[in-house]
Amino acid sequence: MSANHDGSNLLEVRGLTKIFGTLTACDHIDLNIARGEIHALLGENGAGKSTLVKMLFGSLEPNSGEIFWNGQAVRITSPGAAKKLGIGMVFQHFSLFEALTAAENIALSLDDGSPISSIAAKARALSYSYGLPLDPESLVGDLSVGERQRIEIIRCLLQTPQLIILDEPTSVLTPQEADKLFETLERLRSEGKSILYISHRLEEVKRICDRATVLRHGKVVGHCNPREETAASLARMMVGNEVQAVVRAPVEGIETAQPLLEIRGLSRKPATPFSIPLKNISLNVRAGEVIGIAGVAGNGQGEFFESVSGEVLQQDAASVRIRGKNAGSLTITGRRLLGAAFVPEERLGHGAAPRMKLSENLLLSRHATDGKAFVGTGGMVKSGAIYAASQRIIEAMDVRKSAPDPEAAALSGGNLQKFIVGRELDRRPSVMVVNQPTWGVDAGAAAHIRQALIELSRSGSAVLVISQDLDELFEISDAIAVMHNGELSKPMPIAEATFEKVGLLMGGAEPGHAEHTLETA
Amino acid sequence: MDITVNILLTIATAATPLLIAAIGELVVERSGVLNLGVEGMMIMGAVGGFGAGYLTGSPWIGLLAAIAMGALFSLLFAVMTLSLATNQVATGLSLTLLGLGLSGMMGTSFVGQPGERLPNLYIPGVTEIPVVGKLLFGQDPIFYISIALTAAVMWFLFKTRTGLTLRSIGDSHASAHALGIHVIRYRYLSVIFGGACAGLAGGHLSLVYTPQWVENMTAGRGWIALALVVFASWRPWRVLAGAYIFGAVWIGQLHAQAFGIPVPSQMLSSLPYLATVVVLVLISRNKRLTMMNTPASLGQPFVPDR
Repeated sequence: MSANHDGSNLLEVRGLTKIFGTLTACDHIDLNIARGEIHALLGENGAGKSTLVKMLFGSLEPNSGEIFWNGQAVRITSPGAAKKLGIGMVFQHFSLFEALTAAENIALSLDDGSPISSIAAKARALSYSYGLPLDPESLVGDLSVGERQRIEIIRCLLQTPQLIILDEPTSVLTPQEADKLFETLERLRSEGKSILYISHRLEEVKRICDRATVLRHGKVVGHCNPREETAASLARMMVGNEVQAVVRAPVEGIETAQPLLEIRGLSRKPATPFSIPLKNISLNVRAGEVIGIAGVAGNGQGEFFESVSGEVLQQDAASVRIRGKNAGSLTITGRRLLGAAFVPEERLGHGAAPRMKLSENLLLSRHATDGKAFVGTGGMVKSGAIYAASQRIIEAMDVRKSAPDPEAAALSGGNLQKFIVGRELDRRPSVMVVNQPTWGVDAGAAAHIRQALIELSRSGSAVLVISQDLDELFEISDAIAVMHNGELSKPMPIAEATFEKVGLLMGGAEPGHAEHTLETA
Repeated sequence: MDITVNILLTIATAATPLLIAAIGELVVERSGVLNLGVEGMMIMGAVGGFGAGYLTGSPWIGLLAAIAMGALFSLLFAVMTLSLATNQVATGLSLTLLGLGLSGMMGTSFVGQPGERLPNLYIPGVTEIPVVGKLLFGQDPIFYISIALTAAVMWFLFKTRTGLTLRSIGDSHASAHALGIHVIRYRYLSVIFGGACAGLAGGHLSLVYTPQWVENMTAGRGWIALALVVFASWRPWRVLAGAYIFGAVWIGQLHAQAFGIPVPSQMLSSLPYLATVVVLVLISRNKRLTMMNTPASLGQPFVPDR
């Protein structure tokens, strides 16, 4: 790559470096983006993708390096400066205001002072012309994640940017919604706009991107044309070595196996104005099987997990049954004592107390179920036994850490997740319920966690996995049910399930639902 | 008839300082900052207003001094919580303690001195109209300011782009920052506005309500104003309603005590608090609306990562 700053590229980045304390998040990054191309930025979690784009969008300041825009050296000191240049961004974690309407949210990012009613009209017109229908009067808190992303995209387009940065845009979309997004992106490319597309989903990168830059540990490790690569070769570039494939042996005679977790007609009123009610959910998870629950984020999965784990109690004790016993009115500890284990979505705060050591976190979740092992006479804590158990888990799950017994918050997301899953697996629970088992976890660790969940089920436990990651569910599930707007479809055996079928259900199509309501009525 | 008019006038006088301080704090909290120092800023306004009025002989200069004193004192809070990102609750509490102590010290020579009172509005021919004349055209200037201020804040927050930006910062300062909004600048201005309002409310006490200086003369009104903002679910017209309900029941129970109603006086004294809470809780039953109006980032320090 020659550094010719003659303006033939829209954006050129030279030697961009960002250091946080001792961590070099971005290390001399070079990047060229031409006009009218979709450029992929690939990398594992923690490879430095988000840090890089935050510097391009002015929300982080680089320690060193240069940025050229249309051949001119520029300093992007704030998001406002980036917008002035013509850089727009659609964020991974949405930057929307829940208590405001869509139109108000859009108005906030435009500085022209025009009245909200005219912005609403413009947004409506633009959204229909791109086939992303949007009601400007609706309150963001009421919208689905897909609809929220539309607002972000429309908001970005209204600023008529030359370069649009999309950070993991499809991680929250149904396959059909993602298709719609790709059409929009292709149209933008044909209009001469450039797009920087950040993703770790290789198939979609191969499908829509013209060029790719691959990051690993903060460094550029390669440039390629993704259409000429295979998913496996791209993965190798990202990870640096081969990723172990997950093996799932088919199960025999599951129909006759004992259901260990039974959900019967579980309903729940919305707890807050923006949360989803659960509507008459029924599901059996039998010994030896993994059932996956798919769905677009915010369709009641969180509420469902809270109800099953006992974070929220049910009025009808029989609506959740664990190993044949009514558990609906039991607390988390009560349900754990029946042999169940739970891994919540949020690692820090729910899954672990951030400022406590791993061994202390182990005691927090298992003091009741393993009282004899960890707590001695008079309620004295057996530190030695806890320490040994936590080391056993660390070894079994290959948790990488900087100290023998670090604070939970000191671990990277993936390693903490391995520890939390390992902590529950270590009990050999007969029922395991996991929400987003590998969210934000790198490919190697994800494969490890998935394999462990499959093995647990094959040893005779019932495993229920809630995930937004369809690839993951197809990899590990024996059957997939879909949650949409607080309702759960009938589980579809994995042999019959396709991305398309599941995607339609995620978008709210009816087939499974109709059968399901008949059956439970 | 005259008695009724006089009671209504005293209600307005009792409600005005609460309304002004609460409206100021409402703007501060809408921007996501929790300033528990209202009582302290208010008493500083009271002592500053009285002092300037007493020394210059002009209550109008006193009024300006009260506003300036409140604003200046809130600037201290702003520097601590916004620039240095200290804990807002602790800083606000210490601001109240500091204000109470400092005002007592500054005011030692004012104790027992006759103060200047702001004159009531008087329009010849109009103010004499029975009943409405005195109520609408014969009150103290700060009363009119308080009503105008409430209307202006309502218009600003819900009808202007700047107001929308302010509310967005209160909802999520991280998102606002990502959009390129100057979170800290908005919050500075909001805090100073809130301080100016609290100072003005204090000035009302020492220049209109009881034109003299008494140590601790705010007597917890700053705390009531703070509570009003929360119970009014951060909506201006409800703050107005709350302040007047409080004022009305307060005056009512004073009269009841004077009549010698056989109810323990402590019970009567607690009535204004009870009545305000009950009424405001009843009108904010709509959870959804409350949720929409609650500044989600209230009290969280904002430190942009650079």
